[in-house]
Amino acid sequence: MTVVSATLRAGRGGRGERGRLGALGMAAAGVIVLAVVLAAVGPILTTADPNASDITHAYGAPAAGHPLGFDGQGRDLLSRLLTGARTSLLGPLWIVTLSMAAGIAVAITAAWVGGWLDSVVSAVLEVMFAFPGVLLAMLVAAVFGPGLNAAVLALAVAYIPYIARLVRSAALAERRKPYIQALEVQGASALSICVRHLVPNLLPIIAAQATLFFSYAMVDLAIVSFFGLGVQPPDADWGTMVGGGQSGVLQGYPAESLLAGGCIVVLVVAFNLLGERLSEGRPTSRPWPWRRTRAVGAA
Amino acid sequence: MVAYLIRRAIMLVATLLVSSFVVFAGLWAAPGNPLATLSGGRSLPPEAVAVLVERYRLDDPFFVQYANWVANAVRGDLGMSITLRQDVSDLIASRAGTTLSLIVYAALIVLVVGVAFGLLAALRPGFFDSMVVVGTAMVVAVPPFVAAIVLIGVFAVTLRWLPALGNGTGFWDGIRHLTLPAFALAASATAAVARVTRTSVREQMGREHVQTAVSRGIPYATVVRRHALRNAAVPIATLAGMTVASMIALSAVVERAFGLNGLGAYLVTSALSKDFSVVQGIALVLVTAFVLVNTLVDVGAAMLDPRIKLGGRS
Repeated sequence: MTVVSATLRAGRGGRGERGRLGALGMAAAGVIVLAVVLAAVGPILTTADPNASDITHAYGAPAAGHPLGFDGQGRDLLSRLLTGARTSLLGPLWIVTLSMAAGIAVAITAAWVGGWLDSVVSAVLEVMFAFPGVLLAMLVAAVFGPGLNAAVLALAVAYIPYIARLVRSAALAERRKPYIQALEVQGASALSICVRHLVPNLLPIIAAQATLFFSYAMVDLAIVSFFGLGVQPPDADWGTMVGGGQSGVLQGYPAESLLAGGCIVVLVVAFNLLGERLSEGRPTSRPWPWRRTRAVGAA
Repeated sequence: MVAYLIRRAIMLVATLLVSSFVVFAGLWAAPGNPLATLSGGRSLPPEAVAVLVERYRLDDPFFVQYANWVANAVRGDLGMSITLRQDVSDLIASRAGTTLSLIVYAALIVLVVGVAFGLLAALRPGFFDSMVVVGTAMVVAVPPFVAAIVLIGVFAVTLRWLPALGNGTGFWDGIRHLTLPAFALAASATAAVARVTRTSVREQMGREHVQTAVSRGIPYATVVRRHALRNAAVPIATLAGMTVASMIALSAVVERAFGLNGLGAYLVTSALSKDFSVVQGIALVLVTAFVLVNTLVDVGAAMLDPRIKLGGRS
């Protein structure tokens, strides 16, 4: 049932790696770089303390030194957005890094060893698909208590099967190529072939998948924080801000929710676009079917 | 076909067993002893402790406990809520209706609005088509909680057309209260279905068999319905089915945003108040529903499209 849009696009290939990004892809990369820079240098841009609350300014309009105004507790919105950018970017980065590392290790081992190990791994992955990431994160939050670490770990685990499935089939195809067999005949160890040759040759697929997954991780983590099960107040985080600003929306002050939600949407679109460009003509694997923006055909 | 169905049924049972095990094992993975997890750190009178030990067979070996828990769950006994002192099954039953109506409502929106826009865009190139392409590209990226905030801000607070919070009473009032949540839940999926419909209908319209039908003088509407839409139905139905499956987990987001008294919102509340039996019960129900819908989608796609190889997932 896996949907392979790659075959539909393969005909359009032939452009070099450099021309791959195109104008839209470059713009998306620009947005991402800008967000990272803003998150890094945020404290220099504003003197306001993101956690300093002054209830007399609750839902206050923009003022001198506070260009975006205040939230419901009278905290400076700009500094909260800038501080929130850090958790909102670092959280998904951890999710992607952890799930990529585990997924690649499992997939390469299964593809290389083959036989019963491969069958067992495939069966386990099949079962892991049964747990939606957000649901697993809620279960883990109930077990270990709410917090960013638990949410990151739960989502990373939930993403492993998608990555492992993709990398496993790519590694199986790569393994059959003559250069790997030549290395085996020369007596190179399995570990060195995998680390030095197999994984580097799969890097384009891995990089494209990681970029795509960043956008999924960002939304899922924001959902968990929106529930109050991820980043805990008073720490600023975009997902938490969307949820926390909801009472403001009902009172006619939507600034906090809308600004934080807008930041999430812009970055999700940027990562998604960049991932789509990088994965053009390459296989991908995604948890949420509807955010696929390209042609789909049932395989 | 029979062999395929049997294989899928075995996989379904295995998946359900393993995921129920994961839900159960959470009790033991938690720091501290299971009794403390079940009571959510509250101090309980000795009689209540005795009831919990008896009910969860906490003195028995781990696998006996799991078997006991699954057997009870199959019989509809999911334990007791520690905060409300009520049966979890009753608490779930009284909230399942809201979640089910929400998902059905959202699924209808996805299918009707998504297919309508996609079909119109495919058949009418030009301004409308461009609007659909640009509009869906933006909407598809909006996660449900952001959609919820925007819809509340625009339609409930500014325009005052629809209520922002609560379930409502009676059928029509209930529908009114479910409308904004359903649209928030359906938004990005609708955009995706519109895009897929547009792409696959347009692809079909360019096919030889459709061109032949047109040139033979068969009425255009009939060609679209019988030849183009029918062939395009498989990818559309598959995507819509997977989307409905994903809504089972995501319904929690809009229920929470709109203050709906549904399963997902209750799961979040219970996770926050550490009411562990309720978390287990709802997680089990939602995972079961998710797995069932996914299996139905897979089997349905295989039956709709004779080209799908019945050997398994590729």
